[in-house]
Amino acid sequence: MPSRALIARRATLLAFAAVLWSLAAGGRASELFVSNEVDDTVTVLDGDSYKVIATIPTDQRPRGIIETPDHKAVLVCDGDSSNIDVIDTRTLKVVRRIDTGPDPETLATSLSGDELYVSNENNALVTIIQYATGKWITQVPVGIEPEGLAVSRDGRTVVVVSEETSMAHFIDTKSWQVVANVLVDTRPRVAVYTPDQRYLWVSSEVGGTVSVIDPRSHQIVHVINFQIPGVDKQYIGPIGIQFTADGRTAFVALGRANRVAVVDPGSYEVEKYILVGQRPWQLTFSPDRSKLYVANGLTNDVTIIDVSSEKAVKSVPVGRLPWGIAVVP
Amino acid sequence: MLALAGMSNSFAAAAAAGSAARTFPIVYLRETYPGPGIMPSLLETHPEDEGLAGAEDGTAEINTTGKFLGVHFKLYVVTLPAGADVAAQAGKVFAPGPAVIVSDLRAADLLKLADAPAAKKALILDMRTTDDSLRQQDCRANVFHILPNQAMRADALAQFLVEKRWSRWFLLQGPTPEDAVYAADVRRSAARYGARVVAARSYDYNPGSRRSDTGYQQIQTQMPLATQVGTDYDVLFVADETDLFGDYLPYNTFDARPVVGTQGLVATAWTPAFQSYSALQMQNRFQQFAHREMTERDYGGWLAVNIVGDAVMRGQQTSPAGIRAYLRSAGFLVAGFKGEGLTFRTWDQQLRQPVLIAQPLMVVSLSPQAGFLHPDNTTDTLGFDQPETRCRLAP
Repeated sequence: MPSRALIARRATLLAFAAVLWSLAAGGRASELFVSNEVDDTVTVLDGDSYKVIATIPTDQRPRGIIETPDHKAVLVCDGDSSNIDVIDTRTLKVVRRIDTGPDPETLATSLSGDELYVSNENNALVTIIQYATGKWITQVPVGIEPEGLAVSRDGRTVVVVSEETSMAHFIDTKSWQVVANVLVDTRPRVAVYTPDQRYLWVSSEVGGTVSVIDPRSHQIVHVINFQIPGVDKQYIGPIGIQFTADGRTAFVALGRANRVAVVDPGSYEVEKYILVGQRPWQLTFSPDRSKLYVANGLTNDVTIIDVSSEKAVKSVPVGRLPWGIAVVP
Repeated sequence: MLALAGMSNSFAAAAAAGSAARTFPIVYLRETYPGPGIMPSLLETHPEDEGLAGAEDGTAEINTTGKFLGVHFKLYVVTLPAGADVAAQAGKVFAPGPAVIVSDLRAADLLKLADAPAAKKALILDMRTTDDSLRQQDCRANVFHILPNQAMRADALAQFLVEKRWSRWFLLQGPTPEDAVYAADVRRSAARYGARVVAARSYDYNPGSRRSDTGYQQIQTQMPLATQVGTDYDVLFVADETDLFGDYLPYNTFDARPVVGTQGLVATAWTPAFQSYSALQMQNRFQQFAHREMTERDYGGWLAVNIVGDAVMRGQQTSPAGIRAYLRSAGFLVAGFKGEGLTFRTWDQQLRQPVLIAQPLMVVSLSPQAGFLHPDNTTDTLGFDQPETRCRLAP
């Protein structure tokens, strides 16, 4: 363990370096925070040059990663350490650890950022935590292996998908009761509301589909299938989903098919498959939404897609088994 | 004794009536076989609830889904005494009506069960056997096979070895009929994938009392003798399906060569060491449930029950005949921690699946290997593909 004085000195040096950097660059560019599941680190990339700015040690098995609404912190779930690392986005240091209960995989925040919603993969629970104090507000029992979380824009509903139970569970944020369960295709991973909030898209990794759910009636209104010439059907594993701000285009990462699908949410037609690195899981936009960043688990890199041309521009190396990406402007 | 009291096959009726609480029965059928005797290694143990614990854990898990959908699955455990007349007992098992059976029986007993007149309309999920014969000449329309058969395992290892360019094999075959089947599979795999059996030997090993204070010295003398062939080879491929001597081979061969096959580096559907594709979560859940490690037979039981759960809840099937049709349809797919959906081959009702290549403490690889191609489904490069099947299923 480094001494407290040493840590302080490092922090001062880093802050000093950061000041120099911002002076030189005329303000800091956006930054990408990539969780490396095997390395127990978060790689920080500069949003312009994509050079590594920092490699931040975390607790064990960092996976789900998000930024807080005020962008002051990046939060990462450490599955094997049962906590969340809070990374200060200014100093790029872990400044706090929040106890989550066993095996946190992903997380989301309430609209205000006051509450954290955490899926406990081993315990079939969603844990609700007060961010300021780290106090547990409650735990909601859901299906087995809960993973992806989505929060409705009115803040009234949290959706969690459970991989083993193959369901999307709708949780009411007033009563903390599960109010609806929708059976989807096998092993759902991610849930995302469309920008107009009319639909919820749920990706099923092993089922190979995306279910489009009406969040009012809790009915599946459409199932999106993917077919890629020359790729066996069983390798198509949809996971991460992102929509452009206008809701006119969706991007779906397809896991072992090594591609990101471009989908028209109006017709549900797949317009294009963009070849990226191996086993892309999670994807995230740049702050201005001109770039899409894709974490490739097996090639240990991040592919940058130009959104307007729908082309992969380049891939940049990060740590081992990159899982997810948070972006801070 | 058959513990089937209270079981009714009224699920279809309840479903039709739109009843809120529907209970779907699953019969787990096993026989108290005499133990395998003393194993060469003290570390190789077979828990008494092996297989059953997997089926029970699987039942608890599908009931979690069922809880949200108003379906409850009940596992009826039927244990036949050693040497039971399975054909006669089948009448009692099927007395309440056509049933869904998870079979933890060996091949000969499974065939007797499947051929019993009362079983004609039943659905049998074979969670235990690996015999090629049950997927070939002895296949049955009412039986589906969960675990990879011998030929799939030989192909899985063969692809790995060919990928490694370890393609000259010394085949050492034990004395049992099962060993002969596996040895034939090894030769078939060599021919399929361009490897060569450069030396072959039958080894009639007498296990004797298995326990003696001077065991090491004896083995250290016997194994080099058994493996001195005078031909250069890359790996020793052992066919010892009943674990008589294969575990003595590593580091005791005459030449410094790795051991693969039924011991050493093996092909398997499951090992407690596997953690990819969410298998880690499964290992954790099973450990919490059964307070021990999950074996391949446990995995077979877990997967069999999950297949039933999927057919009932996702496929909306309520009868054995309906489930059978669903399992054979394009709509069926089950997840089994292999990174892809698992489906049944329609020609022999064998579950297609990637196969783990594992040494005792670590998974080394997962076959099919990259570069082994197939016009329809890469996973069909393992085992008996449609053009070569000898299975003729009654419609």
